[in-house]
Amino acid sequence: MFFKRTLSFVAAAAVSMHAMAWQPSGKVECLAPADPGGGWDFTCRSVGNVMQDLGLVEGTVQTVNMAGAGGGVAYAHTVSKRAEDNNLLVAASTATTTRLAQKQFPGMDADMVTWVGALGADYGIIAVSRDSEYQNLNELMAAVKENPKSVKFAGGSARGGWDHLKVLITARAAGADKLPSIPYLSYNNGGEAMSQVVGGQVDAFTGDISEATGFMKSGDLRVVAVLADERLPGDFSDIPTAKEQGIDAVGPNWRGFYMPKGASDEAKAYWVDAVDTLYASDEWKKVMRNNGLIAFHPPADKFDEFVRNQVQEIEQLSRDIGLLK
Amino acid sequence: METIGFLMDGFAVALTPYNLMFALFGAFVGTLIGCLPGLGPANGVAILIPLAFTLGLPPETAMILLTAVYAGAMYGGRISSILLNIPGDEPAMMTCLDGHPMARNGRAADALAVSAIASFAGGLIGTIGLIMLAPVLARFALTFGPAEYFALFLLAFATLGGITGKNPMKTVIAATLGIMISTVGIDISTGTQRYTFGVLELYEGIDFILAIVGLFAISELLFFVESRMGSGRGKMSVGKLSLSFRELVSTIPTQLRGGVLGFISGVLPGAGASLGSFISYTLEKQVVGRKGTFGEGDIRGVVAPEAGNNGASSGALVPMLTLGVPGSGTTAVLLAMLISLNITPGPLMFTQNAEIVWGVIAALLIGNVLLLVLNIPLVGFFVKLLSVPPMYLLPIVTMIAFVGIYSISHSTFDLYFMVAFGVAGYFLRKLEIPLVPIILGLLLGPEMEKNLGHALVLSDGDWSILWQSALAKGLWVVAGLGLLLPYIVGPLLRRRMNAAMKESPVSD
Repeated sequence: MFFKRTLSFVAAAAVSMHAMAWQPSGKVECLAPADPGGGWDFTCRSVGNVMQDLGLVEGTVQTVNMAGAGGGVAYAHTVSKRAEDNNLLVAASTATTTRLAQKQFPGMDADMVTWVGALGADYGIIAVSRDSEYQNLNELMAAVKENPKSVKFAGGSARGGWDHLKVLITARAAGADKLPSIPYLSYNNGGEAMSQVVGGQVDAFTGDISEATGFMKSGDLRVVAVLADERLPGDFSDIPTAKEQGIDAVGPNWRGFYMPKGASDEAKAYWVDAVDTLYASDEWKKVMRNNGLIAFHPPADKFDEFVRNQVQEIEQLSRDIGLLK
Repeated sequence: METIGFLMDGFAVALTPYNLMFALFGAFVGTLIGCLPGLGPANGVAILIPLAFTLGLPPETAMILLTAVYAGAMYGGRISSILLNIPGDEPAMMTCLDGHPMARNGRAADALAVSAIASFAGGLIGTIGLIMLAPVLARFALTFGPAEYFALFLLAFATLGGITGKNPMKTVIAATLGIMISTVGIDISTGTQRYTFGVLELYEGIDFILAIVGLFAISELLFFVESRMGSGRGKMSVGKLSLSFRELVSTIPTQLRGGVLGFISGVLPGAGASLGSFISYTLEKQVVGRKGTFGEGDIRGVVAPEAGNNGASSGALVPMLTLGVPGSGTTAVLLAMLISLNITPGPLMFTQNAEIVWGVIAALLIGNVLLLVLNIPLVGFFVKLLSVPPMYLLPIVTMIAFVGIYSISHSTFDLYFMVAFGVAGYFLRKLEIPLVPIILGLLLGPEMEKNLGHALVLSDGDWSILWQSALAKGLWVVAGLGLLLPYIVGPLLRRRMNAAMKESPVSD
């Protein structure tokens, strides 16, 4: 506790030093590239609140919703119309990098914005129903390897989307070939996909841990692996990682921000520090706990590299399964 | 009984003055949001979420507020359907078919009153169903696989011919148009873009709200402009409330059927309130509508869809509260709210967060009563809207719709697109192609396609999976009956009716 306090104090001090150089004045906007009620909207609103509480912004942070093309409309807006705005943050997640990697934002790539930082992640899982014949990830993957069509997966994203990619990442790490022939059924959301798995219509569920918590606690769903480097904290510590079962697959769905490339260097430095301070604060820890977010925060200078690597990895995978030519 | 105890606890939560105040506020705001074209229940709930946060409401109060908005929007949608022939939201679309003709016949007040009562009945049936059967029904919904869903949507399309009867071919054309429009955007089962031509704004497909506002509201405006150019249109007579008790009693069976059907389709995730009001209407027409008064202002044509969509709105809470699976767009937003209130959605919510779940259910019951009490006196107020000359009223409504759409999406593209839909709607109406099936195609087409695709993936391309289970077989039979019966029974009935007409020319 003392350590945390010190840390946030140091971070706050660092921010206030920068603050002498540049400080947001006037209205700060957080662009949520989706309709109200979704994950990006949540990122903007909760970050806005905590930033106000911590005094990182003078006034309020206004959340603006700009849905379209899975974030593409907001991305285009940032790149073209707000290229030099110092007071603009845009919510992003693995869905953003996935679409960038698959060239779904025509004419745009990950270099066109500045990646500010991540504020936690929701880790990927692979799960089966209570009555499933598969007890662990190895049995499931053995069946996939023997006959790629034998295990049907359901998830909440479109084909080629993040939920589908998690299956492919895992299968490839397990040594399966014929990745494109693994059947994947896409539903409107993780809940619908899960109810098909629990109802016995589909064999396995791919999604994020926060979606599955309810069915997992009731015992209807058996999570065979979480796609994280280490076991998750708290209630989730019983779930084995894929790594410890010998399958080197990791799938964090991070939440974070990017901002316009043309913003001033002082402004960029300010927001990177602000995100660090926010992440270290007790207020944010409470938000994370309440919303099933798990620690994930690459150091400020590494985040850009992390995003690039993720884009590259997804691009390669998408080529392998024929989604990209 | 244990349930009663829980419900009483729920009432204790919902009936505190503080919560009651928010329920009343929510019901009122919801009604307003519902009757504005362009803002439906999902938007209404989403708009009020930030308010709930800013006010720092406790979880149960926040949920009660949002549930009341949800129920209120379902009530409100019908008002503009009846008065202006412009549905306030997508489930209220079916209410246009008979509600507006009733208003044209000078029975606007009756239509508003009876639809409020039907909404109440539907909501009540749905909530009772939710209380009594939620856990059982949730398990039932789980048995619906892709094949069963496909058969269900097929059933919906099979009965489509019944909705706007004069020329079935035109209905088919309209539905096909809707399905065609629905294919624009990313195809979730292949991950590829269809008909988007590199236009970013089309990538997620076409929002049906745009289509509804464009096709109905803007085309109405265009029609009005045209008639002003020409001879001008006669003012609609307003009429006083002339609903007799006997007439009201005669609609009770319709209310029951509509409420139950709506509730069932609400329970199935993905089907939702639109399917509820739609099936209620078409079935009602098949059962009692042979006299041909449906579509011309039959009171049962107003009652059935309203009972249906309010039953469905309660039904959609079943999978949400018992499984954590949203049954509709609005419940998806409600669910997001629950998650941010630190409540884990899922099968354990009923036991772990009993006070919230039962508080919500009690709020739904109270909300329905409040809404009925609120809506009956408001009938007079809303009917007065009709005495505003259309030359002022229609542009105002259209403007509100524009502002509403823009406030959600912040996209001017959407506005242009809406106008394009309006112009298209104008020409389609000139060709006497009904608009309702277009929206149904747009709403139900993608679900049907998705489930067909999924079923075939599951069976490795074997089509027989579509009619393998007993449930699917049953749905196919009903769909077949829905398609064929009108052609077999129709002529028979018509002959008998003609005979009867000769004997007694008076009919209600």
